Amino acid sequence: MYEILRKETLSDAVKLMVVSAPAVARKAQPGQFVIVRTDEYGERIPLTIADFDAEAGTITIILQEAGKSTLQMGRMQQGEAFATFTGPLGHPTEIACFGTVVCVGGGVGIAPVYPIARALRDAGNAVISIIGARNRELLFWEDRMRDVSDELIVCTDDGSYGRKSLVTGPLKEILEQRRHEIARIWAIGPAIMMKFVSLTTEPYGVATIVSLNTIMIDGTGMCGGCRVVLEEGAQFVCVDGPEFDGHKVDWDILLARQRFYQEEERAAIRRWEHICRLQHAAAEGG
Amino acid sequence: MPGLTQRQRMSIPRQGMPEQDPQVRSANFDEVALGFTEELAKREADRCIQCARPHCVEGCPVGVLIPEFLSALRDGDMLGAVRAMKVNNSLAAVCGRVCPQEVQCEQTCVLARKGEPVAIGRLERYVGDYELARRTCPLQRAPATGKQVAVVGSGPAGLACAVDVARQGHRVVLFESLHSAGGVLVYGIPEFRLPKSVVRGEIDYAAECLGIEVRVDHVIGRILTTQELIEEYDAVFLGTGAGLPSFLRIPGINLNGVMSANEFLTRVNLMKAYRFPEYDTPVRVGRRVAVVGAGNVAMDAARCSLRLQRLRSLSASESGDEVHVVYRRSRVEVPARAEEVHHAEQEGVIFDFLTSPVEILGDASLGVAGMRCIRMVLGEPDSSGRRRPVPVQGSEFEIDVDTVIFALGTSPNPLVFLGSPGLERTKWGTVVADEQTGRTTVRGVWAGGDVVTGAATVVSAMGAGRRAAADIVGYLQDVPETW
Ligand SMILES: Cc1cc2nc3c(=O)[nH]c(=O)nc-3n(C[C@H](O)[C@H](O)[C@H](O)COP(=O)(O)OP(=O)(O)OC[C@H]3O[C@@H](n4cnc5c(N)ncnc54)[C@H](O)[C@@H]3O)c2cc1C
Repeated sequence: MYEILRKETLSDAVKLMVVSAPAVARKAQPGQFVIVRTDEYGERIPLTIADFDAEAGTITIILQEAGKSTLQMGRMQQGEAFATFTGPLGHPTEIACFGTVVCVGGGVGIAPVYPIARALRDAGNAVISIIGARNRELLFWEDRMRDVSDELIVCTDDGSYGRKSLVTGPLKEILEQRRHEIARIWAIGPAIMMKFVSLTTEPYGVATIVSLNTIMIDGTGMCGGCRVVLEEGAQFVCVDGPEFDGHKVDWDILLARQRFYQEEERAAIRRWEHICRLQHAAAEGG
Repeated sequence: MPGLTQRQRMSIPRQGMPEQDPQVRSANFDEVALGFTEELAKREADRCIQCARPHCVEGCPVGVLIPEFLSALRDGDMLGAVRAMKVNNSLAAVCGRVCPQEVQCEQTCVLARKGEPVAIGRLERYVGDYELARRTCPLQRAPATGKQVAVVGSGPAGLACAVDVARQGHRVVLFESLHSAGGVLVYGIPEFRLPKSVVRGEIDYAAECLGIEVRVDHVIGRILTTQELIEEYDAVFLGTGAGLPSFLRIPGINLNGVMSANEFLTRVNLMKAYRFPEYDTPVRVGRRVAVVGAGNVAMDAARCSLRLQRLRSLSASESGDEVHVVYRRSRVEVPARAEEVHHAEQEGVIFDFLTSPVEILGDASLGVAGMRCIRMVLGEPDSSGRRRPVPVQGSEFEIDVDTVIFALGTSPNPLVFLGSPGLERTKWGTVVADEQTGRTTVRGVWAGGDVVTGAATVVSAMGAGRRAAADIVGYLQDVPETW
């Protein structure tokens, strides 16, 4: 069992958890992920590693409550434990001194972008970061990102904080003005954001790396549920990724595949909410 | 019963296995074969004529002491039967259920020459289940040697190796990447063929008796590398299986509703998706499913699909649901266990022989709208000795399906090879290992099971695990200079 040592509420639907997993923490590197399961009944959920501390033996994960499983995880408290916490999985981010790089984090994607930005900065890069969310509520880690960036641009879709823009707005400006400076771009966030970041950067020919969070089960190459179609053919996110060249990804197939279990997810949420209400009523009544 | 003449024994008919009715069982995931009663088991064991030179054992990759356990059963000596069984097989309840007996022990049974062989598999299961329920004869462990062995992968190969090494007093740590031990026995083979409580029972029992430490959630290659294991342990055995699925190289394989049998079966078995939403993991089968391939994996995928459809239609009363097995060769070449094919047909799975997919057709939302196939004929035998299927020009046709499950070959799980310098592999990705000893090209590292042979059988994987264990035990006794 893997104990939750600390829990922080970053926003209504975004929770941070520091989990005790010493053997995983010893090996974790930026860009990798873990597979987490709440209990015997739970799904295996891939979550990108948001931070790690080998000495303390901890891994930090950040989850956005979306489906039944993440809702349930979000309700777990400090002192409770996960049944499964497997990792570190996936290839680590390639870290080197490239020159000037841009790190784009959207929504909950800010979490995994953070250790990458930090490692890139430590490797001697000039790091420009762009973080964005739908609104102020959903934004987090501005301070942390500022610490590891030479320049930080914050935006919200609705303008409730920072600049009112999608992350692609400032990104395009940077590319217009300083195309030749920028060596590489990392973008992590919802698939639709990564798609548009890739479309934005493609005309400028700047290598753009995205980290894909597909449907996945075992995370070790056995099911193929996470396959993504690239120019050169299908690859598995769990063992070949999770990072890929955003210009080569077939985004339409990716987006369609992500929606495959939408109906079941909705049914599961309805059932979960019903159970929560019953529990609540019982607690009130008792 | 003692005292019967050979003639009397040979006149007893082979006892049938009590089974759930096909109509009933195709709408549940409970075990199909209910197991022999004491009476059936006795009567079946009475059929064994105890040949002077038995051939049944030659047919068994782990050399189960078949005449001995059958003789004890005949005498009503259950303890003796269990004891004889456990000499060479500590997974009897599993093997009795899933081994292809018809091409192993039962094929070489003398009775098979003139009539039907002794139902060795069913009796093996009977003995295994008896012992699981009663634990009469715990595995014994030699005094601790102070040596320790890492076993990677908890499928049949790893389990068999772990048991034999631990019996000799070595400390064994078993590393498994998934959250439960058992390999294909838990993630691949469905509940209705091999209840998970049986797998867990066998593993827990052996691990408790022998002090085997099982570490789940450990992906070797990531959390620890083989190289690191070599440094920490006196010997390392790799039994990581061949679970990497392959898809046909035809258009449409990435549409929604196309999946590997491994994904489908892992959802259903390991994650218990057939009990969604009680369990969180969903699985989706459509109204018309095509399973491509005809091995055990295909039969399991087809029969799970059928059950999911029927479970759904219990509440929605749909008709027109169909499950097809699409196979490019003919019935004769079907590689699955005979019993599975028979059960699948009884339950209503439709077989399309001499048919090969050429394209999966998509709809506007990137779902499956159908599958284009071509008819095949059998030509000259190929390198595997089976007649090669050849497409019939101009015979293409469409079948109406919304779900396609690929149950084709698999290759070795890739992650264990990260951080294992010097470990040689073949062009198919399988590990190069000595057939007798399991030694790989790296000193102190053995391998066996599907990771060496490619997808094979439970008992052949166990055999490889046991041969490697024997070599490991010898090696640890007196570590040689050379490898
Ligand atoms: C659906 C299906 C049905 C089958 N039906 C039958 C049948 O009826 N009869 C029969 O005889 N055979 C059957 N087979 C074949 C049989 O199951 C396999 O041949 C056998 O399980 C191989 O055993 P193994 O120990 O080599 O590998 P596996 O059973 O595959 O076990 C390997 C284990 O290693 C783990 N692993 C992999 N990589 C790592 C890593 N890096 N670190 C840690 N652990 C790792 C895996 O998670 C897995 O648990 C079937 C196979 C399938 C898929």
